[in-house]
Amino acid sequence: MGASTEIDWEKVNGIIGKYDGNKESLLMIMQDISDLYNYVPPEVVSVLVKKLDVKESLIYSVATFYKTISLEPRGRFIVSVCTGTACHVLGADKITDALKEDLKVKEGQTSTDGLFTLEAVRCVGCCASGPVITVNKDTHGGLDRSQALKVIEAYKQQAS
Amino acid sequence: MVNFANREALQAYRTDLDAENTSDKKLISLCSGSGCGAYGTANVHQTLMDALKKSGLEDEHEVRLTGCHGFCEKGPIMVIHPEDIFYCQVKADSVPDIVEKTLKNGELVGKLLFKDPADKKKKYEKAGEIPFYKLQKRLILGNNPLIDPTNIDHYLAVGGYKALEKALFDMKPTQIIEEVKKSGLRGRGGGGFPAGIKWATCAKHKGDRYIICNADEGDPGAYMDRSILEGNPHSVIEGMIIAARAIGGKEGYVYVRHEYPLAVANLTIALDRARDIGLLGNNILGSGFDFDIKISRGGGAFVCGESTALMASLEGKPGRPRAKYVHTVEKGFREGPTNLNNVETYANVPVIVNRGAAWYSSIGTERSKGTKIFSLVGKVANTGLVEVPMGTTLRQIVFDIGGGIRKKKKFKAVQTGGPSGGSIPERFLDLPVDFDELTKVGGMMGSGGMIVMDQDTCMVDLARYFVKFLVDESCGQCNPCREGLKQMMDILNCICEGNGREGDVELLEELGSTIQKFSLCGLGTSAPNPVLTTILYFRHEYDAHILHKKCPAGVCKPLFHYAIDADACTGCTLCAKKCPQDAVVGKKKETHEIVQEKCIKCGICYDGCKFDAIAIR
Repeated sequence: MGASTEIDWEKVNGIIGKYDGNKESLLMIMQDISDLYNYVPPEVVSVLVKKLDVKESLIYSVATFYKTISLEPRGRFIVSVCTGTACHVLGADKITDALKEDLKVKEGQTSTDGLFTLEAVRCVGCCASGPVITVNKDTHGGLDRSQALKVIEAYKQQAS
Repeated sequence: MVNFANREALQAYRTDLDAENTSDKKLISLCSGSGCGAYGTANVHQTLMDALKKSGLEDEHEVRLTGCHGFCEKGPIMVIHPEDIFYCQVKADSVPDIVEKTLKNGELVGKLLFKDPADKKKKYEKAGEIPFYKLQKRLILGNNPLIDPTNIDHYLAVGGYKALEKALFDMKPTQIIEEVKKSGLRGRGGGGFPAGIKWATCAKHKGDRYIICNADEGDPGAYMDRSILEGNPHSVIEGMIIAARAIGGKEGYVYVRHEYPLAVANLTIALDRARDIGLLGNNILGSGFDFDIKISRGGGAFVCGESTALMASLEGKPGRPRAKYVHTVEKGFREGPTNLNNVETYANVPVIVNRGAAWYSSIGTERSKGTKIFSLVGKVANTGLVEVPMGTTLRQIVFDIGGGIRKKKKFKAVQTGGPSGGSIPERFLDLPVDFDELTKVGGMMGSGGMIVMDQDTCMVDLARYFVKFLVDESCGQCNPCREGLKQMMDILNCICEGNGREGDVELLEELGSTIQKFSLCGLGTSAPNPVLTTILYFRHEYDAHILHKKCPAGVCKPLFHYAIDADACTGCTLCAKKCPQDAVVGKKKETHEIVQEKCIKCGICYDGCKFDAIAIR
């Protein structure tokens, strides 16, 4: 995870092509690249400058403004704890604390084995099923401390 | 699929669909909205399909994955037609019973029926009888349980796109605008601006006009728009095409928050289907009108729900708002006249065009017409989406439909309007909910998020939660919001940590007033609302934190501890067993004790004790 990422340029160009190289789609292009590599590698930034005809400062401006874009490598599993009001009232803090302890990370950090990045997400809209966490594209609802830890354990098993 | 070249072709297709629908197949409707999805609908679906195949029943039954049914507390939900049998909390291991008893023999599986929380012996068989549904008026969400959102035929079969036909061929654009004006439809995103007037103003400005749908739904705790987009995306598409026809729009965009992947997926399919049959694109149904819609995804920024920030984001820039000396209906997206409406607002448009403004405006109150969808969540027994006529009281929503507070706890407040709104205490429960009534008590209806709180919620902590949220989400351009909110957060943090000082409340009020008056955009001007309303109605909690260094609700960890009430404790040892820190000591049948040095105040003992023996001190 410390080494630089190997870029599949065919896929990257494919993503840019999907949006017709339209600079208005910059955010979505970076999100799609982020889906591939869990972050936007620096080498891709310079390619975007040329292909979309935008300034590098705009790319960094957009990448640092929106939470869903990361310029740094993230873990294989992005664990997002929903911190919406309903989830908060139903005890999301306790889930966050439990996961911080288990994964030995602070919010926004990646575990030392490179498997898990713990983030807070604003609201995934499953408010009646709170507290909710998402792990990559999976949503897990109706959790308490121990259930949340069991969910993470299952992903740990998957990784090994 | 055939591209319908004209209205008659579409009508003929609908007639054919009606003929097909008189089949004998039993319909099994399985909710596959994100909420039930999080509870495991995919598993239930797979198990059911396998079981039907194995039993040879697949030809007699159609299993339809539908959008959100709304009764999210009880998901996964299954409704069997034509009997309207309502099964809740359906798991994969419930399937054998459903197949054997209900599908083969017409018997009910008792344990899957909905039980009245007040009287567990009373079970409801039919969806329509359950008070949660019976007391609602589901103009917008009513079709969700019948529609597979990926199948346009289902939308057509319930009369979908009839309103579009009317708008294209039976009405002039100015007549459509008049009808929407007369209906009294006001924006459902929280602002409540009259939609008809917005459309009329936009139509007056020259240039390429843009029709945009705000599907950012940033208020935490609100998911009405998600369920409309996931469950019935065509209702929004139809509303947007009608708006485009009325205003004279060229291109449409739906700006969906990134955190709603299923909504994006279902909307993408719906747009493709609509395009396939000629309802989007060039010369729609032979009318000569061209219009198409694209999807744009957000990036996790709450401020992008604000109109000018949303448009900046659509243009590929950071979502920073601008001052609105010139409104976006005049100069918005790409500097052109832009009409921006919320998802639910557009979904109301086909209803208005189909049934007329006079009928629509007979529902609701004098200045708030139609229905409103609320996401009723938090400490209420029946969480879910509730659609009621404007003017329904908070008490009716929280208690009659919502079933009151769960676990027999006491109601404390209901928070409406998200981070822009306020917390409404018990004494105002009989207020009718509409655009205007709640503002009289310092709150607002907002986009529809309704978070119910009980005695275990600390209102000071809640205020802090909202301010922290807004500090993170502030775009940072203007001083009052960027600096002011940070100061409010620091003060609230101090209060919650036991370092509050006399005068802090007055300082919060002064800061709040400044931020309200001088912030650049709506995020800032409404940011102090949660703090100011909690000070207004829950001052005693602030005083307890500041003057007595106590958190009465047992949330702010430095300001309380748990202790076992010797009179109530039966020595059942449950708390000792559950405690993750081994901080509870005691012998069986003897009063237990909490070792304070070990206790991390996780609350597991408090939540689990069946004898109310854990006290907050």
